[in-house]
Formats: sequence, C-alpha cells, structure tokens
Amino acid sequence: MHKKSITIALAGNPNSGKTTIFNSITGTRQKVGNWPGVTVEKKEGLISKFGYDLKIVDLPGTYSLTPFSIEEIVARDFVLEECPDVVIDIIDASNLERSLYLATQLRETDCKVIFALNMADVALTKGTKINAEKLSELLDLPVVFTVGNKNEGIDTLLTKAIELAGSPAKIQQKRKVKYSKDIENAIVKLQDFIENKVKAKLAYNLRWTAIKLLENDKIVKERILLKAGDKRDELLQEIHALRSHLMDRFNDDPEIVMTDERYGFIAGIIKKTLTSSSQNRVDISRNIDFFLTHRYLGFPIFILFIWAMFQLTFSVGAYPMDWIDRGVNLFATELNNLLPDSVLKDLIVNGIIPGVGSVIIFLPNILILFFCIAVFEDTGYMARAAFLMDRIMHVIGLHGKSFIPMLMGFGCNVPAVVAARTLESEKDRILTILITPFMSCSAKLPIYIVLAGAFFSAKAGTVIFAVYLIGIIVSIVSGRLFRTTLLKGADAPFVMELPPYRAPMISSLLIHMWDRGKIFLKKVGGVILIGSIIIWALSAFPVNIRYSLDYASEIVRVETLYEAEITAAGKFERDVIEKKKDMAIAKLIMARRAEKTEKSFLGKIGKSIAPLFAPLGIDWRGSVALLTGIVAKEIVVSSMGILYAVEKEPDALQSALVKSDITPLSAFSMMLFVLLYLPCIATMGTIWRETGAFKWMLFSVLYSTSLAWIVCFCVYQGGKIIGIN
Amino acid sequence: MLLSEMKEGQSGIISGMSGNGILKRRIREMGFLKGTRVYVEKYAPLKDPLELIVKGYHISLRVEEAAQITVDDVKQDS
Repeated sequence: MHKKSITIALAGNPNSGKTTIFNSITGTRQKVGNWPGVTVEKKEGLISKFGYDLKIVDLPGTYSLTPFSIEEIVARDFVLEECPDVVIDIIDASNLERSLYLATQLRETDCKVIFALNMADVALTKGTKINAEKLSELLDLPVVFTVGNKNEGIDTLLTKAIELAGSPAKIQQKRKVKYSKDIENAIVKLQDFIENKVKAKLAYNLRWTAIKLLENDKIVKERILLKAGDKRDELLQEIHALRSHLMDRFNDDPEIVMTDERYGFIAGIIKKTLTSSSQNRVDISRNIDFFLTHRYLGFPIFILFIWAMFQLTFSVGAYPMDWIDRGVNLFATELNNLLPDSVLKDLIVNGIIPGVGSVIIFLPNILILFFCIAVFEDTGYMARAAFLMDRIMHVIGLHGKSFIPMLMGFGCNVPAVVAARTLESEKDRILTILITPFMSCSAKLPIYIVLAGAFFSAKAGTVIFAVYLIGIIVSIVSGRLFRTTLLKGADAPFVMELPPYRAPMISSLLIHMWDRGKIFLKKVGGVILIGSIIIWALSAFPVNIRYSLDYASEIVRVETLYEAEITAAGKFERDVIEKKKDMAIAKLIMARRAEKTEKSFLGKIGKSIAPLFAPLGIDWRGSVALLTGIVAKEIVVSSMGILYAVEKEPDALQSALVKSDITPLSAFSMMLFVLLYLPCIATMGTIWRETGAFKWMLFSVLYSTSLAWIVCFCVYQGGKIIGIN
Repeated sequence: MLLSEMKEGQSGIISGMSGNGILKRRIREMGFLKGTRVYVEKYAPLKDPLELIVKGYHISLRVEEAAQITVDDVKQDS
C-alpha cells in the first residue's frame, strides 16, 4: 500500500526563523533548485514521518502576498496554483503584529493554515507574552509553539499539520478579515457581478478574487479578464466604478484603505492575545548595533570584517588549494605515465585535467567565502552592512547589499556573481551581476605583475593600482548607464528590516555553504569541461604540422654533439656540459611548442584576428594569449610564456617581453584589455545560470569586449598622438 | 513635520503619507500606519539611510523615502 503523501508549504516573514525550521524538519534531505522561470531559490524536502510521505516546500520569505517582488509572486502562485494541503505560517513571536499581516492574507485564500509561533522564548525575555489559545480561537486555526534552533515543537507542528490536512475541507471559513461596510458592499457587488454576469469558472476563491480586483491586483486582473471573454469590458467598467466610488468615499486608494483595515483587524487580535510588561528589558541587539552601526566605529568595524573574510578566503584557502593543485598534478602525471600516447591521452592530460582542475581549485575559496557570507546573513549582520553601504551604492543606482558581490569580485567573479543572490530585486541582481566582472579578479593579477614589472619597473605598483581603479570607475559608469537604459525603473524601495542579532547555527551555516558550493561544482563544472575541450582541440589540431625545422632530428643532433663533448671532457667539466646540453634541448622543445601553438587552429585564429588587435598595440601572440584567457585568466601568462618561447620563470618572460616590440604604452593597453574584456568561461557560465537567461551572458560578453576594445583604442592611439610610447 | 527631519532619539506619530503607490503600499504593509508611533533610532554614518523602530521592530528607510511621511507630536524620547 502506498503511504499517503501530503504537501506542506512553509510561509513566513524574512528572519522569522523559517529556514531554521525547514532545516530541522528536513535535515539534510533537501533539494535546492530554482522556481521555474525565475532565479529565486526553491527548497524542497521529502521526509517520511508518522506513516506519511511529507513534501515540505520552503516558500520565499515575504512580508505580504501583494505581488511586488518575484518572491511574493512565487509564494502566492504556489499557494494558489499548487494548493498545498497545509500552509504552515511561521510567526516570529516577538514580531506578532507585523507577522499577522501575512497571516491575514493567507487566511483570505482557501488554504488550510496553521501557525508556528516561533521563538516565543526570545519574545518572553523582551517582556512579550502571547495567549496562544486565544489566538487560535480568534483566527480559528491551530497554533503551535516552536523553537526552531532547539528543535522544540517540530513534531507537534507536523502532527497538527497532518491532522489538519486530513480534516474536511472548508472548515475554516468563519474567521476572516471583515472590512468596513463600504468595502464589504463593494466586495459583495463584485462577487455577484462575476458570478451572475461573467459566469466565468474561477480558479480561485470568489471573495478573494473580488478583493484582489478591488485592490487593482494586476496579475489577478489579467487572469480573470482572460476568462471573461466578451464580458471583459463590462467587468473592467464595473471594477472601475466600484474603485472610484471607494476612492471618493475614503479619499485614498482602496488597496491602501484595505491594508489599514487589515491592520485594524490585527490590532483587535493583538489587544486580546498579547500582554507586554512595561518593564523594558535590555535589548542586546541595540547594544551590539551601538558599535556596529556607530557613526565613527561602524565603517572601521565593517572594513575589519570584510578584511577578515578575505584573509580567511584567500590565505587559509590557499592551503587546500595547494593540496588540490598537487593532487591534480599528481593525477595528471600518473595518467601521463600509465596511458599509451594517443590523441585521447592528450585530450585528458592536456585538456580536461588542467581545464577542470583550474576550476576545482577554486572550491576551497568558494566554500570558505560562502561560509563567511552565511555567517553574515544568519547573524543579521548583512542587513547592517547594507545599511552602512547604501548611501555609496545608491550613487550607482544600487542597493546597499550589492556591495558584497562587487567586493568579492576582486577575489573571484564566480562566487561574486552567485553572491548577488542575496539581492531581492531581480533588476538589482542583474545590474550587479553585469558590473561585477569589472572588479579585477585575482587571476588577472599575475598578468599585470608580468607586464607592469617588465615595462614600468619602479612604478609597477602605481600602474597596477591605476588599473584596479579604472575597473572600479568603469563599473560605476556602466552601472549608471544600465540603470538609465536597460534596467530602467526606480530601484526598489530600500525598506529593509534590521532583524535582531542571532547566534548562527553551525548546521545551517554548513547547509548554506554546501548548497551554493554544489551549484558551483555541478553547473560550472559542465561549462568548464566543454570549454577546456574546445580550447584544447583548437590548440592541439591540426596534428600534422610542417615545422620550419625538423626538431626531432635536431634534438638528436644536438644530443650526439654534446655526448661527444662529454666523453672527451674531464670529470669537472662534464657537469657543466651536461647542463648546457639540457638547456639546448629544452630550448628546442620550447621552440617546437611555440611553433606548434603558432600553427595550430588557435594560432591561426589569433593571427587572423591580429589585425583587430593591431590598433590597440597588441601583436598576434598577445591576441592568442588573450584568447586562451577565455578559459581562465591565469592561462594568459602561461600562454605568453609558450608563445614568447621562454622557460617557466617570470623573469625570463619579462626580459623576453622587453626584447620584443612591446612598448610600455602597448603593455598598458594590453593590461586594460585584460581588465575589461570578456570574463572567463566559469564566470560566463555562472552569469548565464544566475540571471537565468543566455541573453544576459551574451550581453555581458559583447559589452565588456567592445568596451575593452574602445578604451584600449583610445588609450593606445591617443597615447601615440601625444607622443607616449 | 517630515519623518526625514526628525533627529536621533525623537519619536512622532505618523499623520500622513505622500508619494508613489508602490512605496506607499509597501511601507503600509510593514506597519507604517496613520496614528502609529515611530522612533528614530539612528542615522547611518553617511546620514542616509536611517533606522527606525515601528511596531516593536527595527527597519531602515532611505531619507528620500522618509521624506514622504509626515509626523505629528514629535518629542524627545529617553
């Protein structure tokens, strides 16, 4: 026999402890995905309990069901369209009045609702006591006390929810918000009109539909009008007439009046259920905020936290990175020795392993970074950071919270783009994602060091700093540009709760970290794999290259030449000559590699696009190096090493660069190009994923690359005109 | 008086709201109702946004948003 399955949705305000309750119900058996069509995280958990299969769906945290943000639309659509068997509304006991607003809206739908009165212990220390029986009676629904972070009341909550799911439908019709007479009349009139004139079969509760139409809810209106057929215009007129009547009567929009009246209804409940002692207990959060958002101390402390986060991520992360790097190298070497020579081996050893390895290596960084961010979010500090930074970010037309992703961009763009998830408005999120890649990531630094070191010696530090600064300026200018064109519209109201500080739960931090890390591994791993195979293929083929020199026989010739010398030489000189021999052979191998790259498809592409780069002062070798940088920016340096045919040490590359026809001006131009042009494959894949649209990735690629070209053109040509070299 | 003109440590009673529909409705839903007492906890270090206490919880608004709310009975709270 199949067990009965029940769908339970968790609704609640942000910071109500909803995620904690979700985690303690489902443990690790949860699935994180996206809601269809939007980039809002969807969390689900399947568990078996009390003989039932329970599907727990964590709805986005919202303050209301008025469809302003995607989160609210997603939450409301789920409640209305998917009709979960029970909705658990998680109520922060220390915030009862505001929490009840969402509750009244939930009660207006046909759903069976149960209250989880969460963190009543905290509320009690603040002097707030809630009469749960009275509350349950007044709203005609079950109320259960829970303490999410101590796992208390969870089983009772589930038992009650299962009980409620099994109870006959429509049992809870009695206690709903009663509006004032005029509004109730309008509701009834509209209900009649829809029922008798339009005769449309409605998907939703009739009273609820009428209320939403009076509130001028665009989504509901659209859906009803679709069903109204030829009665469409009449219905529109009726709604308009009723609304303007109410507008005259109250001298305000009906939706505003109804919001007020819901709060009036709530005030009545509060009066009967809540007792607060007059004695004001010490508010710990306020004391903490005295320092953390202090006029003078706030910023220094914030900078300290961010600095600590970077230290942890990049210094501590360097150790596991090193282990992974060694592991990958060892693996590649072992495979190299094990497998017989073939194209397949070349693909695996020189294509897939280094390609995927170059991404896996970021995993420790990303996990640590997300752990830190989870700490910021779960403690409540994230909201304070946004509070501090909002004035600055507002200049670009962004929300204070955009600061974190942009700052993280200096480390690595991949986690930075994912971190934009913390932004609630989709426009803010996309805007942040588009300008984050201009924050120069750490992988670009080696390129600057090589180029600036070679051409600006003593002033190298200043030049690199200038490059970083230009990146910041470009992101600000681009941000303003996008805000006034592509992503127009007022930025979302800043209205942001500053929740009380809470001690984070380690399990929740780990779940948070792992969820995001997993996304990184899964999706980006796929893109990187394909990308590195393509780049490998372009550089490995064609196989039969006609070399300008028969390297194999040349190597043999050099070898025999030195062998003869070695046998002739004395004991002491032998070592010296041995070394000379090795160097001569290494030189030949390097030259062969350089020629192979030059004559590969990649080299040919590089040469054919070289005319595009010529006006920027970048030769074909630079062009090829930049192309390989698409896989990962670190590769640019090693590509230059191969192309300028030098040994591995950066000093050798620098002196080779100085000897080539690169000038300080063209080196600077190349640095700017590296700064601005398209992000690496991993970042592109992440942008695609996080914006949910290929077009944004494409836009990012085209915008950044053409901007890079224009900026470098102006700098190089302008520089030449005013006589700089 | 406008809410944005209040100083740290002052409280006042909301008497009205102007401005566009979305903001107006959103802050209503967050509990900014006529007749509700709102307390100015502090301004951010750069003077914008500001932190308020309303209905027992802490919330921040930008100064330009607070400028759309009028308040009466402004007094210095301890």
